[in-house]
Amino acid sequence: MLKTQAYSTGNDTVCFDEMLRADFSARDCYRTLHEWLQRQTPGGIRAKQAEADAIFRRLGITFAVYGAAEANERLIPFDLIPRVISAAEWRFLERGIEQRVRALNAFLHDIYHRQEIVRAGRIPSEMVNGNSAFLPQMMGFDPPRGVYSHIIGTDIVRTAEDGFFVLEDNLRTPSGVSYMLENRETMMHLFPELFAAHRVAPVERYPELLRQTLQSVAPSGCDGEPTVAVLTPGIYNSAYFEHAFLADQMGVELVQGSDLVVEDGALWMRTIRGRARVDVLYRRIDDAFIDPLNFRPDSMLGVPGLFDLYRAGRVTLVNAPGTGIADDKAVYAYVPDIVEFYTGEKPILRNVQTFRCSIAEERGHVLENLEELVVKEVHGSGGYGMLIGPRSTRQQRAEFAERIRANPGNYIAQPTLALSTCPAFAGSGIGPRHVDLRPFVLVGDRVRVVPGGLTRVALKKGSLVVNSSQGGGTKDTWVLED
Amino acid sequence: MRIAVSHTTSYRSDPPSRAIQALRLVPPGLRSQKVLAWELRVEGAEAGLRYTDAFGNQVALAASHGPVAEVIITAEGVVETQDTAGVLGFPAEAVVPAVCLRETPLTAPDAAIRAFAVSCRRETALATLHALLDGLHEAVAYQPGTTASSTTAASAFAARQGVCQDHAHIFIAAARTLGLPARYATGYLVTDQAQAPAHHAWAEALAPDIGWIGFDPANGQCPTERYIRLAVGLDALEAAPVRGVRLGGAAEWLDVRVAVQSQSQK
Repeated sequence: MLKTQAYSTGNDTVCFDEMLRADFSARDCYRTLHEWLQRQTPGGIRAKQAEADAIFRRLGITFAVYGAAEANERLIPFDLIPRVISAAEWRFLERGIEQRVRALNAFLHDIYHRQEIVRAGRIPSEMVNGNSAFLPQMMGFDPPRGVYSHIIGTDIVRTAEDGFFVLEDNLRTPSGVSYMLENRETMMHLFPELFAAHRVAPVERYPELLRQTLQSVAPSGCDGEPTVAVLTPGIYNSAYFEHAFLADQMGVELVQGSDLVVEDGALWMRTIRGRARVDVLYRRIDDAFIDPLNFRPDSMLGVPGLFDLYRAGRVTLVNAPGTGIADDKAVYAYVPDIVEFYTGEKPILRNVQTFRCSIAEERGHVLENLEELVVKEVHGSGGYGMLIGPRSTRQQRAEFAERIRANPGNYIAQPTLALSTCPAFAGSGIGPRHVDLRPFVLVGDRVRVVPGGLTRVALKKGSLVVNSSQGGGTKDTWVLED
Repeated sequence: MRIAVSHTTSYRSDPPSRAIQALRLVPPGLRSQKVLAWELRVEGAEAGLRYTDAFGNQVALAASHGPVAEVIITAEGVVETQDTAGVLGFPAEAVVPAVCLRETPLTAPDAAIRAFAVSCRRETALATLHALLDGLHEAVAYQPGTTASSTTAASAFAARQGVCQDHAHIFIAAARTLGLPARYATGYLVTDQAQAPAHHAWAEALAPDIGWIGFDPANGQCPTERYIRLAVGLDALEAAPVRGVRLGGAAEWLDVRVAVQSQSQK
């Protein structure tokens, strides 16, 4: 039997645990899993863990870590114990995410047209028009079906039974969906008996739904079945595995900028069967690099003339250039307003309280309370350039205070959240570890939220940083059906 | 004034290479100008893809079929102009004026430009812009050959010399630091002095209630009936009449010939 002491002596007993209540009884959606866990032995689980690691290594799922001195690529740790979400919880999350995603797409359409939200005084003009993630070149353009962000990964954290918060919206090029799919496949292989005992909503259709979504936003002039391709920066990108994986799963070509050419008013890819027209390009390259003729002239990754083709309605870029303005960390503080402005409804999902260092009063509060806050760079990602107040040294706080004073607009701060915990395999037993959740959303002819997502887990005891670049791992995420 | 323009740009590449260029070579109809006839021809590349960009510029994308030795771009036409003291009002365009407060690498202000801008601040936006125009015409000498297309506003201002592109960039950088939206304009100028180029660039700035107004700091005046406006953008790179990308090819020569004449003088 697995040691449960590891669980009961966890140092984060104040956090909401998704499996066990305070009296150590299992929450409803975890009851079957909890019973199963108690029947497992450490040796049995260790054997399964070795088997899972071997599967991932064979699949080649690795993750390049920027700035790591040792090996460039390493395996993202996978934790065997699934994270379980009840049907009712999921219905709530799904409604909230859909509302938010619709509102953010409406916001993008508005700021690239008449900017009613700025005229109404609900968001400062400078926040939009002066933002480096805002692309003036997009103004006045109508993307197919009016969709700007087609593929979204909404980061959600939980602090209580009904305490769900959106941490980040990730509207540019969210990654991680390949782990969601591979984690599920591996779990089904390792633990068929657990799937027989639960009704787990399937995630396997994601590649097919992605292809349908991409095809549904083909340019209006496209006749016949639209051709989709995935554009990658290449093998040195940290998410190259995912680019190749998704292209393969969808049955479409994976291309680099050098495989594409703009000619005769269309985009073409060179294939082994000759040149083929591309109607929809799922690009996993940042805005600045997609087209040296229109953006950074020194980019070698993009395709010259690609943006001109896009504006002329000859090809669809997914996600649209300039969507980053809607997941900017400074704009994030305005998202509840944005939801109300475009939907006329109260936001279903809450924001984490956010202090904007660009505003003198809020900056003052941040500088006085660095010890309790998490400070983030407005344009940072992947857990880089962060200060976690409660875990920081006096010197680190002094350095951050200096940086905030020098460039206040570049920083926001949030209270340190007591992230919920889930059981994770920890050596000789199981222990509670902090988690977040990234469900994946597709927006084309309709909005589809795939039931599940990527659960990231901070495998170090007590750690709150779940980013894979900072030593976090992943788990399979089960949404139960009624 | 009725002005006839013939503007030829040719690119030669040895060995031949693929060519792709975004052309902003079609003048829009404005309060100050009516386009009577205009044609854009490209030899050596296909230029059928046309669209209107966010600034209201008509863009043509010229792309060759495989490697070519030469691309010749010809813009030709006749435009009827009138003197509006540079005032254009609010031309049809998608960008909102606040976009023209954005800094770009070529128009980033430094302390010297900020100080200059502050010294030009007057009661009204219009008076401020005229003070910038006069001050800049005084402060920065027109001196061809001292700057390049990649010269920033700050370095041209420090050298106190440059060409029309530099004058325009400094003007734009200074106006923006005062909260006045400003942008880069390209076009043609009918001139009596043979040595001055007929292809020209200046700035446009926004004065509340009046709208966009042209300011030509290289000549110390607002555009007159002798000006034809082509394209606008946040800086010279974005508004460039021809913006190209080299796709291989060891050497590339660029040759521009512009003939501008006022027909009423013929």
